[in-house]
Amino acid sequence: MSAPAIPAPAPAAPAPPPVETLTVKVNGKTLQVPKTHPDWQGKPQPTTMLQAARCGGVDIPHYCYHDKLPIAGNCRMCLVEFGTLMMDPATRKPILNEDGTPKISKSVLPYEPGTPRGAISCATPISPGMEIYADSPATKQMRESVLESLLINHPLDCTICDQAGECKLQEYSVEHGQAGSHFVEAKVHKPKAVDLGPRIVLDDERCILCTRCIRFTKDIAGDDALGIVNRGSYNTISAFQTGKFDNNYTLNTVDLCPVGALTSKDFRFKMRVWFLKETKSLCTGCGTGCNITVGSREGIIHRYEPRENDAVNGPWMCDTGRLNYKWIGRPDRLTEVRVNGQKVTWATAVKDIGSRLIRASSGSVALIASARQTTEELFLLKSLATRLGAVTDSVPREGEADHLLVNADRNPNTNGTRLTGIAFTEAGMQLPLIAAGIEAGTIRTLIVFGEDVTKHGIGPELLAKLEMLVVSDILPNATTAVATHLLPGASHAEKRGTFISVKGRLQKLTKAVESPGDARAEWEFLHELVHDVTGRNGFTSIEGLFNLMARETPAFAGLEWANIGDKGVDVKI
Amino acid sequence: MSFSVPSSLEAELDELTTHYPVKRSASLMFLHALQEHFGYISKEAMEWTAAKLELQPINVFELVTFYPMFRQEPLGKTHIKVCRTLSCALQGSAELREQFCNRLGLDSHAHTAQTTPDGKFTVEFVECLASCGTAPVVLVNESLHQTVSPAAAEEILRKGNLA
Amino acid sequence: MAEQFKLITKHLDEPGFSPDIECYLRHGGYAALRKAVASPSRELADGKKLSPQEVLREDVKASGLRGRGGAGFSAGLKWSFVDRRSGKPIYLICNADESEPGTFKDRQIIHRDPHQLIEGMILSCWANDVKLAYIYIRGEMPEGARLLNVALKEVRSKGFLGKNILGTGYDLEIHVHRGAGAYICGEETGLIESLEGKRAYPRIKPPYFPAILGLYMCPTIVNNVETLCHVTHIVNMGAAEYAKLGTPNNTGTRIVSLSGDINRPGYYEIEVGKVTLGQLIHDSNFGGGLKPGRSLKAIIPGGSSSKVLKAGEVFKLNRKGPDGQMSKVDVPVLDLPYDFDSLQQAGTMSGSSAVIVLDDSRSMVVTLGNLSEFYAHESCGQCTPCREGALWLAKATHRLTHGEGRKEDTSYLAHIAQNIQGRTICAFGEAAAWPVLSFVKKFKDEFDAQGAADEAARANGIPPTHRPSPVVTLNLH
Ligand SMILES: Cc1cc2nc3c(=O)[nH]c(=O)nc-3n(C[C@H](O)[C@H](O)[C@H](O)COP(=O)(O)O)c2cc1C
Ligand code: SF4
Ligand code: SF4
Ligand code: SF4
Ligand code: FES
Ligand code: FES
Repeated sequence: MSAPAIPAPAPAAPAPPPVETLTVKVNGKTLQVPKTHPDWQGKPQPTTMLQAARCGGVDIPHYCYHDKLPIAGNCRMCLVEFGTLMMDPATRKPILNEDGTPKISKSVLPYEPGTPRGAISCATPISPGMEIYADSPATKQMRESVLESLLINHPLDCTICDQAGECKLQEYSVEHGQAGSHFVEAKVHKPKAVDLGPRIVLDDERCILCTRCIRFTKDIAGDDALGIVNRGSYNTISAFQTGKFDNNYTLNTVDLCPVGALTSKDFRFKMRVWFLKETKSLCTGCGTGCNITVGSREGIIHRYEPRENDAVNGPWMCDTGRLNYKWIGRPDRLTEVRVNGQKVTWATAVKDIGSRLIRASSGSVALIASARQTTEELFLLKSLATRLGAVTDSVPREGEADHLLVNADRNPNTNGTRLTGIAFTEAGMQLPLIAAGIEAGTIRTLIVFGEDVTKHGIGPELLAKLEMLVVSDILPNATTAVATHLLPGASHAEKRGTFISVKGRLQKLTKAVESPGDARAEWEFLHELVHDVTGRNGFTSIEGLFNLMARETPAFAGLEWANIGDKGVDVKI
Repeated sequence: MSFSVPSSLEAELDELTTHYPVKRSASLMFLHALQEHFGYISKEAMEWTAAKLELQPINVFELVTFYPMFRQEPLGKTHIKVCRTLSCALQGSAELREQFCNRLGLDSHAHTAQTTPDGKFTVEFVECLASCGTAPVVLVNESLHQTVSPAAAEEILRKGNLA
Repeated sequence: MAEQFKLITKHLDEPGFSPDIECYLRHGGYAALRKAVASPSRELADGKKLSPQEVLREDVKASGLRGRGGAGFSAGLKWSFVDRRSGKPIYLICNADESEPGTFKDRQIIHRDPHQLIEGMILSCWANDVKLAYIYIRGEMPEGARLLNVALKEVRSKGFLGKNILGTGYDLEIHVHRGAGAYICGEETGLIESLEGKRAYPRIKPPYFPAILGLYMCPTIVNNVETLCHVTHIVNMGAAEYAKLGTPNNTGTRIVSLSGDINRPGYYEIEVGKVTLGQLIHDSNFGGGLKPGRSLKAIIPGGSSSKVLKAGEVFKLNRKGPDGQMSKVDVPVLDLPYDFDSLQQAGTMSGSSAVIVLDDSRSMVVTLGNLSEFYAHESCGQCTPCREGALWLAKATHRLTHGEGRKEDTSYLAHIAQNIQGRTICAFGEAAAWPVLSFVKKFKDEFDAQGAADEAARANGIPPTHRPSPVVTLNLH
């Protein structure tokens, strides 16, 4: 997360205005650091000592500070010894040593000039010539003592704590703590396993009262639901009534909590985090396209966590999106390729579909593809449709938007359907036409990818009129039930590809787990089918496929798979 | 019993709210007034205050648990606050509190406020009452008693029994 | 013989003097306000012109008035830091939270002469273009709050407060705001949070300096009751005359709260630096000495948060000789002039000018136990070192006062306190640490002996003894 000393200019952008800098020393190294840094709301504010240290690659330990939350300054973990230029009161110029270097006055307690005084690096702005001693003996002693204080009333139950492995208290204690505590008194006892809300459990004994959770829910989620009750050492995080911490962002507090005080009911006691494989991916819950990390083990997904992307979701995601992974492991997943109810091999099915499609007369085929398919899949489907003269569309999925992340468009790739030409400005416009075509007998073949069309005006009675119904989906539904050709597809966590968010952010999915049974990433079998039907080739890999698509799609001009980073790129929508 | 604030009190509180450019500032004054009226601050009173001041109930709950003068349960009619802090301790405030507790059958070792079963008295230790020159001092409801001798303590108890 | 100098307390104990406005007016009340608002602007040598308000601000600076709330910071300087260019309203808050153990001076002013405070406040508000001000009075002074509200009603009806004060076009409103029993509301940024209707969590500085980002994030002045009263007298006397009171850099008068083991506890107003600690304790005009047969053991010189002084200590103080040269002079503790600078040089502070005297019957261990319990109870709990450390100290001293001491507890206590001071959000950290650090340093023998005695008793199977209050004479089993 360390910010570069001077941000690298973006490639094609006009030359950015020169960044005003200050010279400071961090652990003896002279650095030029920007005068300002964005605060939690992105507004430029004077650079703090902690940020300046990061510019020099030094990460000052901290608990309450978080880039995206208002500063609290309460944990005191980030205290550092520092020095400032000694100024001549008359000339207001720095006083120099014999060798011409400026004299530095080290910060000391005003009432005990022999003792260094620390300042909290998270909230103290730098000044020209400042020296930050992030690793000096005095700084280390301050850090040790804060850790000692935090641990005196902390239960020693790392062995049964969910946070173990991700706990900053554990981590810093190992790195910065002292061998033993001096504490010989009785510990303060506080409530354990408090039911804060439907998704969150709080262990007040583990809480270090950093107030990250309070600030998040008040200032980011806009739900002033948490607070501190009691006083002094008995301070306790609480909601007004247990169980009432229930907004759509509560689980972010679990990520924010530097210790294991807040736990997700969903993930609680499931497993040790170090057993989890982490895969970069995207949430498909809505058009926002929050970046996520999929945590899986042995092919089973155990959690989603937000992955920081300032262009999209910052460090957050909504609870609905986060918990929307269980369907991937449902036992009723479609796992068999079937033609007319008979289990067949992929090769047989694709061959059969291909040979039938080639024979289909122009205009007799319609194609409905979900805006939950990847852009590459939509591109392939569109190639197919173009060859067949098929009418295409996708299905809109609307909900309510909120003030933070959730978009009214509940499809993750509506822009993909538009830019590939599957859908028009308004998705779903063609659906009544398709229904009418089937009714009239002009449309005799329907290809459906990822939608239950019976819910969108093409009921079972219409489907029964078709000669061929090719359906690819992940879970069974009324449409898959009557498919002549059933192709088990892959969830977004089981394949690679891209989605384009409502704001035009093109972002990559990575494969986290294998698909069950014979289920396969759609682009893989589609590529075979498209080859069989159109004769086109040259995209057997996702990279090749994407690059081909980029060459043929004006909105993606100049893009290459290899150049799309983990955080995606903006495309013109 | 449903919670209701008499309209005269509500009017008084509405007037108080005008003293501040930001409504939330009136919180402590609201809680004082509600505690005076109801004897303690119930969850309903917190919710009512929050609604009046356009806050969340937790904002008020935070205050009730932070400021020691606020109570979440009814206390005795005569509330005896004995100063525990140094100057009073030097003049025997611990013994004074013990006297109150013993005479009222309360546990003199308990740390928190204690109320007699008949609801007549509550005895508690509080911190320095800013009257250290006339130690030991005792705040009985709203009136300050200074240089309280054992005999004066008996008088406080006698009056409380009549109340 | 040292004498009181009654400026603020002049009428407080006068028979027949009452808190109502008529009485105050009969005693020359609100003359200072009339004088100030009618005063002309002042032309400086360099041709710069000061408005009447700026004149008063300059006069307060020139008077040398230092804050009477605890830190002793120059009032005029504090006012000069106020951000007057922000375009935001400027607020003034009178700190009437008086909660520092040992201190009971503001109480007297509020209860007996509330108009003196209100006049000082109106003047200070006028000088600083304040349109809205508050008196934050501690919750345990309901009578004081009532008296202030009555007094405010009176001044409003007389036209000294409200719209168009004395026909000057200046508007001001003052409201009384009650605290609810938390010591930390005395810390100015905690007070501001409390006045905003929140838990009294002191703010981090930087960036929240009250003069820039105070109440409602607007520039704010917080002054103690007594400080504001002095403004009235500065106007009445003129800054130069006022500055002649007291001693250089320690001007004016101060009300000292005396309590503990002396014959005449009470409040005494002195010219700052003109009376020594010894005189305060022993003179018949002041403390009147100790109980018969008792000798002095220790002095807590500036409220419970100040570092304790030990009987017999001698300090090296900077003194200006008749030739104007500075030199170091040995000054025994009882000869310390009671002022800001001398006590600071003696390694402690005059703080809230509350002197608590301890005689030789007192156990320093039990005394510290009492104080540490106070700080554990009053820590707001916001920042780690104080939240955890204050209770830790109380638990450790509790052990020592309950027969469960250890030999290493002296250094243990110092270790805990060292890790609080200078590392916290507010000066409460120092307040909690300083008594401990000074007690265990200056009365190390007593603490060591207590720990050793407890260990010996444990070794011999003697059950721990509870030493309930400092009244008990030191008893090592
Ligand atoms: C823990 C703590 C408690 C304080 N309590 C009080 C108090 O009760 N009354 C007071 O006037 N100042 C108190 N102060 C000092 C105030 O923060 C502030 O400095 C003072 O009100 C400024 O007024 P002055 O400059 O007129 O002294 C306290 C400070 C601290 C750190
Ligand atoms: S629960 Fe976690 S995030 Fe919230 S205050 Fe406690 S430690 Fe911080
Ligand atoms: S806001 Fe949308 S994309 Fe983000 S987590 Fe929620 S559902 Fe998923
Ligand atoms: S030092 Fe103590 S009183 Fe001050 S902010 Fe920290 S915890 Fe609160
Ligand atoms: S990170 Fe907590 S005080 Fe700076
Ligand atoms: S110590 Fe009891 S009133 Fe101050």
